[in-house]
Amino acid sequence: MPVVTYISHDGAINEIEVASGTSVMQGAVDNMIDGIVAECGGSCSCATCHCYVDEAWLDKVPAASEMEKDMLECVLEPEDNSRLSCQITVTDELDGLVVKLPPSQF
Amino acid sequence: MTEPCCIVVGASHAGGQLAVSLRQQGWEGRILVIGDEPFLPYNRPPLSKTFLSGEKHIEDLLIRPEAQYEKVGIDFLLGQRVTAIDRNNKTVTLSKGETFAYDKLALTTGARVRPLAIAGSELKGVLYLRDISDVEHIRQFIGKGKKAVIVGGGYIGLETAAMLRKLGLQVTVLEAAERILKRVTAPQVSEFYTRVHREEGVQLETGVEIQGFVGQDRVEQVQCGDGTVYPADLVIIGIGVIPNTELAQAAGLAVENGIKVNDFCQTSDPDITAAGDCTNHFNGFYQRNLRLESVQNAMEQAKVAAAALCDKPIQYNALPWFWSEQYDIKLQIAGLSTDYDDLVIRGDHSDGRKFSAFYLKQGRVIAVDAINSPQDFMFGKQIITQKLLVDKVSLSDPGVSLKDFLKK
Repeated sequence: MPVVTYISHDGAINEIEVASGTSVMQGAVDNMIDGIVAECGGSCSCATCHCYVDEAWLDKVPAASEMEKDMLECVLEPEDNSRLSCQITVTDELDGLVVKLPPSQF
Repeated sequence: MTEPCCIVVGASHAGGQLAVSLRQQGWEGRILVIGDEPFLPYNRPPLSKTFLSGEKHIEDLLIRPEAQYEKVGIDFLLGQRVTAIDRNNKTVTLSKGETFAYDKLALTTGARVRPLAIAGSELKGVLYLRDISDVEHIRQFIGKGKKAVIVGGGYIGLETAAMLRKLGLQVTVLEAAERILKRVTAPQVSEFYTRVHREEGVQLETGVEIQGFVGQDRVEQVQCGDGTVYPADLVIIGIGVIPNTELAQAAGLAVENGIKVNDFCQTSDPDITAAGDCTNHFNGFYQRNLRLESVQNAMEQAKVAAAALCDKPIQYNALPWFWSEQYDIKLQIAGLSTDYDDLVIRGDHSDGRKFSAFYLKQGRVIAVDAINSPQDFMFGKQIITQKLLVDKVSLSDPGVSLKDFLKK
């Protein structure tokens, strides 16, 4: 099973096995990782699952939709590597993915 | 001495989150979640959308898989209903007579559909949409070319209409008021959704008084007060919900259009909290009591309630927000528009499928309906919470970035 590493704002590192086909958001919610809120359950409606994709992985993660890009411009502290984790589906190719979580989702 | 036990009544969105939050907040005792449905907590919003269409299955709806609850020691008792709370002895009783002792109790009992009690409402094919079992029931009646009549032009009814159209049914929406979504949106937003549904081939009628449902062994017709008859293979009624407060009321807790909770989601008994659709709380932003029906409120209150149960109180202070998906339209709503005295439309509601409606009160934005306009929603939330006086002309101009309105 692919492993995703979640690095919290305080530096805490969680290496989690996330099944292929599951979102990066769901992997965090399943494992009760605090930094992801995910109020809308993954429908790209709330932007409370914001994460920063590690630079080394940016090329391997499929691009964001227009809707997601629009939402990302409005999150707290957006960066070029900002993504909504509900819109990233884990695949075998993403085994080892590293995402950093922002200090706050609001 | 046995370990302390917190019982959560209702394996709902709020109930599941509350149990998880208890562990996150450091509750070390037992956690037992009792739910009357046979399922672990699941996401309800997809019920009227991808679960109805068959795209998603029950496993996909679960908020967390069973193994994750086991890992952190959250026990579930499913398919069982709590029938009484004894606050003196601190026990709950199940329908089969079994009792469980609690040290702390959380009520996340949710809401149930408001029944339409008219002639023929007991006929087969007259259905509601709230639970997994409701949708499984609906699925037995749907098929290409079948005739569906939706009673109620609220969000549930309209989302269901949109999905049934996609599945190839002939769909009629019947609304009692003079416009759909009357309780929650401005006339311009109602006009927009009326146009869209008609463009998509839905027959949409307003000001309709429904007299009854007629059929031999299953529904065949919907009869209206003016004599109009609509043929129907199935009827779906979506006319609102009623909070499940009976258990709390019988236990002597304060109930007034929901179980009354303070800023910390505590009921009138300090050992009992409540969260989600079943509660009524005072909202500081709108300065009145609210009972909200939303996922966001369920999740936020669940966290607050868990914190209170762990003696680490945090205050509930969230701007309500909602969303709805119909056809290719994502609606995101920030705030509550009730009592607005002015409206600004940003974009064109009479053409296309993208605009926003800003609801103002005394010159300040109190709510936004953002249609395929996620930035208006995201910045709108901040404009609302910053209580800014806004220039209406700039607000109405899609060329002016809403970011410029915000305090730096």
